[in-house]
Amino acid sequence: MYDKSISEQSRALAAGEISSVELTQSYLDRIKQLDGDLNSFITVTDELALAQAKAADERRAAGNAEALTGIPLAHKDLFCTEGVKTTCASKILDNFVAPYESTVTNKFKNAGTVMLGKTNMDEFAMGSSNENSHYGAVKNPWDQTAIPGGSSGGSAAAVAAQLAAGATGTDTGGSIRQPASHCGITGLKPTYGRVSRYGMIAYASSLDQAGPMTRTAEDAAIMLNTMAGFDRRDSTCMDREVPDYTANLNDSLEGKTIGLPKEYFSTGLDSEVEQRIRDAVAEYEKLGAKVKEVSLPNLQLSIPSYYVIAPAEASTNLSRFDGARFGHRCDNPEDLMDMYKRSRSEGFGEEVKRRIIVGTYALSAGYYDAYYNKAQQIRRLIRDDFMSAFEQCDIIMGPNAPTPAFNIGEKSDDPVAMYLSDIYTLSVNLAGLPGMSVPAGIVNGRPVGLQMIGRHFDESTLLNAAHRFQQETDFHLATPFTAA
Amino acid sequence: MMWETVIGLEIHAQLATKTKIFSGASTAFGAEPNTQACAVDLGLPGVLPVVNEEAINMAIKFGLGIDAEINKVNVFERKNYFYPDLPKGYQTTQLDKPIVGAGHVDITLADGSTKTVRIHHAHLEEDAGKSLHEDYHGMSGIDLNRAGTPLIEIVTEPDINNSEEAVAFAKKLHSIVTTLGICDGNMAQGSMRFDVNISVRPKGQKELGTRTETKNLNSFKFMEAAIHKEVARQIDVLEDGGRIVQETRLYNGDTGEARSMRSKEEANDYRYFPCPDLLPVVIEESRLEKLRGEMPEMPDAKKARFVSEYSLSEVDAEILAGNQATAAFFETAAKTSGDAKLVSNWMLGEVSKALNANDTAIADSPVTAEMLAGLIARIKDNTISGNIAKKVFEALWNGEGKDADDVIEKKGLKQVTDTGAIETMIDEVLTANAQQVENYRAAPPEKRGKMIGFFVGQAMKASKGKANPGMVNQILKKKLDS
Repeated sequence: MYDKSISEQSRALAAGEISSVELTQSYLDRIKQLDGDLNSFITVTDELALAQAKAADERRAAGNAEALTGIPLAHKDLFCTEGVKTTCASKILDNFVAPYESTVTNKFKNAGTVMLGKTNMDEFAMGSSNENSHYGAVKNPWDQTAIPGGSSGGSAAAVAAQLAAGATGTDTGGSIRQPASHCGITGLKPTYGRVSRYGMIAYASSLDQAGPMTRTAEDAAIMLNTMAGFDRRDSTCMDREVPDYTANLNDSLEGKTIGLPKEYFSTGLDSEVEQRIRDAVAEYEKLGAKVKEVSLPNLQLSIPSYYVIAPAEASTNLSRFDGARFGHRCDNPEDLMDMYKRSRSEGFGEEVKRRIIVGTYALSAGYYDAYYNKAQQIRRLIRDDFMSAFEQCDIIMGPNAPTPAFNIGEKSDDPVAMYLSDIYTLSVNLAGLPGMSVPAGIVNGRPVGLQMIGRHFDESTLLNAAHRFQQETDFHLATPFTAA
Repeated sequence: MMWETVIGLEIHAQLATKTKIFSGASTAFGAEPNTQACAVDLGLPGVLPVVNEEAINMAIKFGLGIDAEINKVNVFERKNYFYPDLPKGYQTTQLDKPIVGAGHVDITLADGSTKTVRIHHAHLEEDAGKSLHEDYHGMSGIDLNRAGTPLIEIVTEPDINNSEEAVAFAKKLHSIVTTLGICDGNMAQGSMRFDVNISVRPKGQKELGTRTETKNLNSFKFMEAAIHKEVARQIDVLEDGGRIVQETRLYNGDTGEARSMRSKEEANDYRYFPCPDLLPVVIEESRLEKLRGEMPEMPDAKKARFVSEYSLSEVDAEILAGNQATAAFFETAAKTSGDAKLVSNWMLGEVSKALNANDTAIADSPVTAEMLAGLIARIKDNTISGNIAKKVFEALWNGEGKDADDVIEKKGLKQVTDTGAIETMIDEVLTANAQQVENYRAAPPEKRGKMIGFFVGQAMKASKGKANPGMVNQILKKKLDS
């Protein structure tokens, strides 16, 4: 049953074909068997999972089950989970047990889901390869010499390897879509403000957004139904009605217009990847959609803009990790300054330090206007570009990344090359739009995903388009195991 | 050389909200350390701030109270620096777009003259926690109960020229925030703290001298003393040919000592930028209208009304209108007794003396406005003399009766106005002092006025103060001069 989608598992649980305890145990067994190599989990919560599974079975017996009751999920290790270690894949939080629950995980708790554990990630969600983890790199289940993508690499690998029915991820510059693409699963980054950020350890507050990582679009819709909605504890969370995201999955795509930004198909895009994307778009034409070229003229500027704004916010978001109240504190500090310097130097990894330094520089007196202010101006231009494009189309499509997953170690000494590979995803966060990745084929044994971008708060259209595509194709059904 | 002093003030006033500016934790003073700090105040990973709308309302009321512009879109920013009592590593405050823009506060000085002090702006921010350096064996303790308490920081233009003006301004500001009910005004608990920027320059010179900032003065008295001390120090330095270093200074009110805390050269780059966890605060016109409707009578308007309605002097009206509780006490007593002038005299005299001597706030006075009015009514109807009234007041203060009539009755203090009884008493006095009577009668009329005081004193003493002094005077004159 572990190889089935959430919707199928949900039906089986409802029909009494399997219990949540049995289902949970099957995942725990697989994690034990496979995750030693993959390293997709930082913490596995066996006992808690089985207790939650038992409670879910009792709830179902009592007739109060919801669609997700009893479904075993994994949560990215930046959602605070009460009583369970939450590390953000950082040494500085290696000893941190949150005294409270994040809104997202709390909603899943209330829905009766089972938490299998906390997944590996790039430290503080900074990275595109999941190599920046205090707990070691995560391997791509399709090819263990490849990165799984990042920063939600653990969640992506766990879902792809069928170590969890679904997982939560977060996406600041592509951290759901890119690993979903590299691991051959479905990932959705909702509109900024659609899902509460309360209890998510912040990387870049104005860009961070949580979303589902699943095997199918239908599963993503089911998970989003639980995740989305207003939270008075997050001022940036919108008080806006949450539709039933499963309601329109089968709507016709007749009359919909797909925009292909010419900048997404220019130099730097691997020709094989481009072919998979063009094939996918052709499939949409068969489904009745029209295709049109659009333009996002400031796309290139999204990289410098993002790599100023995100580190700037991160540099102050991460100031609270000072060794004073929680997390790593150096041994025998001589004085206050020594405690700050050593605790932080020892606790943060290289990429995190790099971004703190970049961000601190960008906000410094005398540089603020040239960097931070300029980046914010570019951000508005990028948003305006998307607004103009959406006057001509309903969905924008393109690749998530220029190439399939690269090899572990390939770019780890070249941060700029790593940053450049984020070109197709960053702009979506800068504009606050919803974006999605759906499996679109394999190149040299490594998956390629199609990226879809929608209007603000129009996740329904993306899920509808993704679901219809998955009705016509079987890319999403391929697994590392069937492929081999 | 003649020197001119230039002073600008920055005032931190704690807003009287029930909960903190960005969390639901209580703001009450004096709890056990760290019992009033929730996950948000502790800056735990993943928590987010949510603006307390009541703090916004209070800041708006302050702006309305000083005729200031209210910035309809104002923005919270992060001020970044590391300190153990600052849990997030930044203070959430306002910089470029504060909630309250330019306004003014008018002050009245002892000579009756008035002066306008311009307010540059006022902004909202969160307070930090407290570092405790004693009792931890060489370590420091951190109490985060105060972290996140809402503050309004009020910044003046450098319009103040001496300590008298500074204190008058500080008192006026105290009166404004307490009248508005946005700050409890408790300076001893740190609810209002004053930072004083001081510079001196040769009289007539246009450009300002280098300034120093003396921080965290929490009493009017300390502020006055600190200004005197710093002005004298700066003049000494300059007259000795030295130069003033721009620095932050601390003044110890207990010892009267001042010292340098840090110089500007070591100043942090705070890397201000808009807080991405908070949306800009947008204030709708309808909200302003509602708050305008809730505004109390401000001290200036109240003072003007006290002058016209109760015929008080400017100086008396300034004091009585300066504080919400004092003003309310006065008006109740004035209306109940029907004699505003007498109430004013009593409040500025006996009441004020007793409050000061017992370090009591007027709101906690054991003698209520109604009790004072009752006492004054008995003076007016000649039941007691002014002197006896003081005794009655003292008894009321000490809880020896429920009202003036009760005390007068219990202690038998009722004034004797029976002519026969007074005449009998006076006859006894005159008989007992035959020699003085002779002396009086032998004296020329211009000296008699003074000499009659002796007999009045004796007669009052014989009546234990209860005889009506006017009647005693009248009858004595009649008997002695006949």
